[in-house]
Amino acid sequence: MLEMDHTQNVEHATQDVAHVEHGHAHHDHDDHEHHDTFISKYIFSQDHKMIAKQFLITAVFMGVLAMLMSLVFRLQLAWPGRSFPFLEPILGKWAPGGILDPNFYLALVTIHGTIMVFFVLTGGLSGTFSNLLIPLQIGARDMASGFLNMLSFWFFFSSVSVMMFSLVIESGPASGGWTVYPPLSALPQAMPGSGLGMTLWLVSMSLFVVSSLLGSLNYIVTVINLRTKGMSMTRLPLTIWAFLVTAILGVLSFPVLFAAVLLLIFDRSFGTSFYLSDIYIGGQALEYNGGSPILYEHLFWFLGHPEVYIVLLPALGITSEVIATNSRKPIFGYRAMIASILGIAFLSFVVWGHHMFITGMNPFLGSVFVFTTLLVAIPSAVKAFNYITTLWKGDLKFTPAMLFAIGLVSFFITGGVTGIILGDSALDINVHDTYFVVAHFHLVMGSAAIFGMLAGVYHWFPRMFGKMMNKKLGYAHFWITFVGAYGVFFPMHFLGLAGVPRRYYTFTEFPIFDDLVDINVMVTWFAILSASGQIIFLFNFFYSIFKGQKAPQNPWKSNTLEWTAPVEHIHGNWPGAIPEVHRWAYDYSKPDRTEDFVPQNEPMTEKEIAEGAH
Amino acid sequence: MTLLVLAVIVLFVIAASRVMSIYNLSADLRGGRKDDVITEAEGRNQAALWVLFLMAFLGFCAWQFFKYKDKLLPEAASAHGPEIDNLFNVTTAVIAFVFVLTHIIMVYQIYKNVSVKGRRAVYFAHSNKLEMIWTIIPAIVLSGLIAYGLTVWSDVIYPGSKDAMVVELYSKQFDWTARYAGKDNVLGKSDFRKIGEGNDLGLISDSKADDDIIVKGEFHLVLGKPVLFKFRSRDVIHSAFMPHFRAQMNCVPGMETTFEFTPTITTKEMRGKLKNDKFNYILLCNKVCGASHFNMQMDIIVDTQEEYNKWIAEQQTWMQKQAVTAQTKSTDSSTAKDSVVVENKITAQVVMPKSSH
Repeated sequence: MLEMDHTQNVEHATQDVAHVEHGHAHHDHDDHEHHDTFISKYIFSQDHKMIAKQFLITAVFMGVLAMLMSLVFRLQLAWPGRSFPFLEPILGKWAPGGILDPNFYLALVTIHGTIMVFFVLTGGLSGTFSNLLIPLQIGARDMASGFLNMLSFWFFFSSVSVMMFSLVIESGPASGGWTVYPPLSALPQAMPGSGLGMTLWLVSMSLFVVSSLLGSLNYIVTVINLRTKGMSMTRLPLTIWAFLVTAILGVLSFPVLFAAVLLLIFDRSFGTSFYLSDIYIGGQALEYNGGSPILYEHLFWFLGHPEVYIVLLPALGITSEVIATNSRKPIFGYRAMIASILGIAFLSFVVWGHHMFITGMNPFLGSVFVFTTLLVAIPSAVKAFNYITTLWKGDLKFTPAMLFAIGLVSFFITGGVTGIILGDSALDINVHDTYFVVAHFHLVMGSAAIFGMLAGVYHWFPRMFGKMMNKKLGYAHFWITFVGAYGVFFPMHFLGLAGVPRRYYTFTEFPIFDDLVDINVMVTWFAILSASGQIIFLFNFFYSIFKGQKAPQNPWKSNTLEWTAPVEHIHGNWPGAIPEVHRWAYDYSKPDRTEDFVPQNEPMTEKEIAEGAH
Repeated sequence: MTLLVLAVIVLFVIAASRVMSIYNLSADLRGGRKDDVITEAEGRNQAALWVLFLMAFLGFCAWQFFKYKDKLLPEAASAHGPEIDNLFNVTTAVIAFVFVLTHIIMVYQIYKNVSVKGRRAVYFAHSNKLEMIWTIIPAIVLSGLIAYGLTVWSDVIYPGSKDAMVVELYSKQFDWTARYAGKDNVLGKSDFRKIGEGNDLGLISDSKADDDIIVKGEFHLVLGKPVLFKFRSRDVIHSAFMPHFRAQMNCVPGMETTFEFTPTITTKEMRGKLKNDKFNYILLCNKVCGASHFNMQMDIIVDTQEEYNKWIAEQQTWMQKQAVTAQTKSTDSSTAKDSVVVENKITAQVVMPKSSH
């Protein structure tokens, strides 16, 4: 009954929101005429597939922008003080004579981080794939609420717009680092970026939290309530498990970011002292009394650490699906994978203090966080080993998506192991806030999550656009990006161990760092290489939308339900009845079968039932 | 100029699309595009590329490591330094082993299991035994690392020395000030409302503060003598990072933080070791604090006790400095008013770096 109601709702929601509550029955979808205008179809769409595309395209643009920003500050880091005349026409007063201004350098690293973490890897990754895959893979007509889903995108878009606007204001965008610690971010006297730019940053983040909550609540409700007949929780593809747990993490942690942001707004604009005390700046002693910046750090990282997993878990979910499909094997240890997702998610809430070992937090508290932090390595190790075991004796099809998924596993290991150093408070003393940290998180959450996202794009492009992406360009894109990303981030470990701090405009003021200049030059060349690889991707992406090979029904011979829906998108996803599910998502290369895959909607044979298959 | 660049980009996109269409057309003539099918040859090529990549990557890591070996965690000059370095070496050995081993296994699987005609994967969904193994082994190894790490942490954080020399490091945008306790070995109290002309640290004038010694540019420590640092900040969060001493602590406005260590190598000795007579230990800011964050530093000199005694005797106490300021003040009565303006300028000022070509 629930499904039937839902079907009706989706039908009508697209035409008239008011009808949602008392829809009429329309069982015959084929004959049903849609009266979509351009606006209701492409702009204020309530169809999850269109919203997924909106998220993806916004994220691709933001990703390109953030990457170009990183190239600008990489130029400054490799060749400090050298003039790059082409910067002046673009950046104007922020690059007088083609030399980057130190304040704008900080603005660039701040906005690069903000865009990548929130807009690309949270909004872009979850927004795209949770939206696209949750209804299609669980066998639902659409999200539980198409209207909230639409609002979620438009809050996201407003958030992005406000952030973009902050780039062009007189005093420049926020520039206190993406973590915007007060008092630096609270006091306009401390740096130009803490003026209007910071206000806009806070407004943008508030909008983003709203978007994220609307999205997450919708994902949770949809997964719990709208699964098709037979789709028990233990038959869900791991993508859905990852999206579900990610959404729960978001619902539990983003409100805390909102609280942190709100208190900061109060301190900045209404004279409260939540985070501020004993400050003398700009030639005067300020009135603030009794606040503590450490409070902000606690609140921020209470979101900030789960956020790492909000970014990473969907990428891992996508990888599970892509690796299993292209190895033609069941994902190894399905239940262990679910357990490790849950384990990581739980632990992610009790490790935030490892960002604060040397902030003056009680050292005993530091010990507790060391303990919980290093525990995260256990479920993570289980995941990595299970991926590798899935490859064992497989029949590996190296599609571009598969390459990116394996690339993710590589980054997850390389970036993950250095977490054992950073999570150890005694070792953190010397690498805290150095390039070692930059290397660590760019590999384990930056590159890994981006690779998960790219794997998803290559894998589900046929489902999104009904076309195939060119595989040869995909190969070129993968190898250039993979080599480039390692070339950029691996050498940064060495910088960090030599004591080089992050967020420095230049290292020329310190003779002890003189011998490390050539690392910075090499890193910048690798960054330019990786960036050029993305041109191939952009071309392939947009060209294939229009002129790509027409996608077959099930190009990767996959088991999950999304491949049973027609290539041409329709409202409600399936023209007839919703497919029923009879088995889990990973019956690849099942013995006694001629085909090497068994779709989830295929009924069990009597033999299988007798064997007790699930 | 901008138009020209745009025109070139547009032309490039059009040209690329045309080339692509021609390529697709020829593929269609040869029997259709097959972007959904990976041929055997393509699979083998990709697997070979992975092998090549892994060799190049591991070679690159090793080359970088040996090239910068001496720079990584430069020799520790504090008593607890070697303890941290040992922990680091043990941890690094473990993770490097895991990193190399998993990569080799993974790439071997990639190479070995390429899809070829007639190949079929083995239906192998789970194995409790294997999963137990790779849950329990990491759990044991990590327990060891946690126990070792926490031992070192408590040694570093609770050194428990009773005769430590107390030094205050005071941070503001964008410089450091060090304060010594003077004859009474007690740091005088301070209040940020007292900050002003001749009183950069906001000290409260009384017998305890008056003999304090305030220095900028460089500060001195004594070989083998524990030093307890007390950190304060006037404006935003800074972080006092002394990489050679494996010491770092944030300086947070509104609260006092501490860190204690014992220097074990004098500056002179270290210069000899590094064969660099210009070498200095440094204190640098490691928490982004504004435009000149990249140049907020102070030199640290580790002396023997005699050298230190000589140096500290040459320094003026706060009281003596105030007397000098008062003298200047009486000759120019407008200074007090000006000082506020000067302060403003300093905060807003951006120190441009030396350019290096």
